[in-house]
Amino acid sequence: MRSLKQNIISTAVITTVLLPFAVLMMWSFSNRWFYPELWPRQWGFRAWDYVFGTAGFQIITALVQSMLVALVTALMSVAIGLPAGRALGLYEFKGKDLISVILTLPVIVPPLCVAMGLHFWFIKMGLASTFLGVVLVHLTFCLPYSVFVLWGVFSNYNPDYEAQARSLGASSWKVIFRVMLPLTFPGIMVAGLFSFLLSWSQYLSTLIIGGGRVTTLPVLLFALMGSGDRPVAAAVSIVFVVPAFVALLFSARYLGGKSIAGIR
Amino acid sequence: MNTHNKNLSTHTDARTRESPGFAATSLLVAPALLVVVGLFGGGLVLGLIQSLAPLPTAGADVLTVEHFANVLSDPDFLHSLMLTLYVSATSTAIAAAFSIFLALVLVSIAKKYRLVHFIFQIPLTVPHLVIAVAVVFMLSPTGFFSRLAVKFGLIDSSAAFPLLINDRWGVGIILAYVWKEVPFITLMILAVLRHTGVELLEVGRTLKAGPWQRFRYITLPTISPSLGAACLIVFAYSFGAFEVPFLLGQSYPMMLPVWAYKNYSDVDLLARPEGIATGIIIAGVIIVAIVLSQTLIQAARRRGTVL
Repeated sequence: MRSLKQNIISTAVITTVLLPFAVLMMWSFSNRWFYPELWPRQWGFRAWDYVFGTAGFQIITALVQSMLVALVTALMSVAIGLPAGRALGLYEFKGKDLISVILTLPVIVPPLCVAMGLHFWFIKMGLASTFLGVVLVHLTFCLPYSVFVLWGVFSNYNPDYEAQARSLGASSWKVIFRVMLPLTFPGIMVAGLFSFLLSWSQYLSTLIIGGGRVTTLPVLLFALMGSGDRPVAAAVSIVFVVPAFVALLFSARYLGGKSIAGIR
Repeated sequence: MNTHNKNLSTHTDARTRESPGFAATSLLVAPALLVVVGLFGGGLVLGLIQSLAPLPTAGADVLTVEHFANVLSDPDFLHSLMLTLYVSATSTAIAAAFSIFLALVLVSIAKKYRLVHFIFQIPLTVPHLVIAVAVVFMLSPTGFFSRLAVKFGLIDSSAAFPLLINDRWGVGIILAYVWKEVPFITLMILAVLRHTGVELLEVGRTLKAGPWQRFRYITLPTISPSLGAACLIVFAYSFGAFEVPFLLGQSYPMMLPVWAYKNYSDVDLLARPEGIATGIIIAGVIIVAIVLSQTLIQAARRRGTVL
């Protein structure tokens, strides 16, 4: 009886999670599909032809733009988060609680409020409608995640290995690259992955700061939803979700799948 | 896994040792703090200043609360606020209920069903925008479920299908949030359940506690700190997020973040400070919610009702 109940719940979970993607897939491979038919009348590649053919340049540009923004954001987020995470995880010092509160706020307060406030300032500084401006506003929300992940990583890190390497004559750079980074590598990947995915799915802050000039994939997808071409919107949604799946597979394969739980 | 836990509780790590000196530590933390305080704090402060910006008729250096007053006295604001509170609270409550149930099931079957576990994590990484688009395709009057209903003879045209997106009750918005947030809350609870083991439950059983009593007096107090933190994060997110209500919400009254952005991007530049003021109010509500819930938890702890 117990296993019957478990099977029912498992099936329900799998169906609920996968159904939205099945529906998106069907729409993206439908050439003609009229209400109230349950299946497309004519299957085909019209939407995909459009996405990678007719509008290919626009969509691939947006894809590259999204990738670049997310990659640069993730790199900066890890580079700045690493030293902070190390200090917070390894050492005891005053003001840790305050720092924890300061870092928690950007995780919880929505990007909308901050992006609207920053926009005017960014216009004055020439950062509005630029790549760097968008990266900076994404960094505001990605960096705290990164610091929290690396804080956790360094709480379980033993710096005695570094002392041993140093006593064997390793230089500071060598200690960083041959001891610290390899030992904390999985954690660093998690922090990077968090930041990448968080930046990848940002829409409104990109729109406000990018002013429509920095066209990432979600900005394009919103425009497509307005145009009402469902198969094309479905196809772009699928393209948009692929990196998320890859990240999940990657984390399950290399990081034991223990990592990804905190992503918003 | 417990990233979120961390930031809402205090750190006590056995391994932490004496700092290598104030200067060295500050140097390590400074860049991150500078970015967060500068960009996040700066953004909020600059937003506040802009929302206090003088009216064109007044002197250039007189700050005014006029924009806030305009927003707060607008009947649309109250409607939006109530709708947003309702949608956030409902989706958080439904997601929490499902999560508690699923966590209790998954903790016993996790080893056997690795595939279930993997698939269960998928919504974590899926952008909110994608699930919102999928909900449109599923629940709109000509969507997948409407077609299913016709197929089974429940309705005969799309007009007979109940309005589930862009509707009064925010059904579509709530469903999208529940789909997205259940795995998050569940995994937060699971992390705790895996650590606690079954000893306490066995003690409960030997003391003849029924299943409900064991849940109420053992399991619930154990998971409540994580559950509370996760719910707070979900509530705050759904209170301030734009994508899902923009695609799935009705045009009147709007969800608060959509209303804020509409005013902010209005061609009438006078509406802009009001949009920013609404954004500040959203941030304010969320911060008050955090402080309030933390205070309540502290008070409850002192009385000993929660762990």
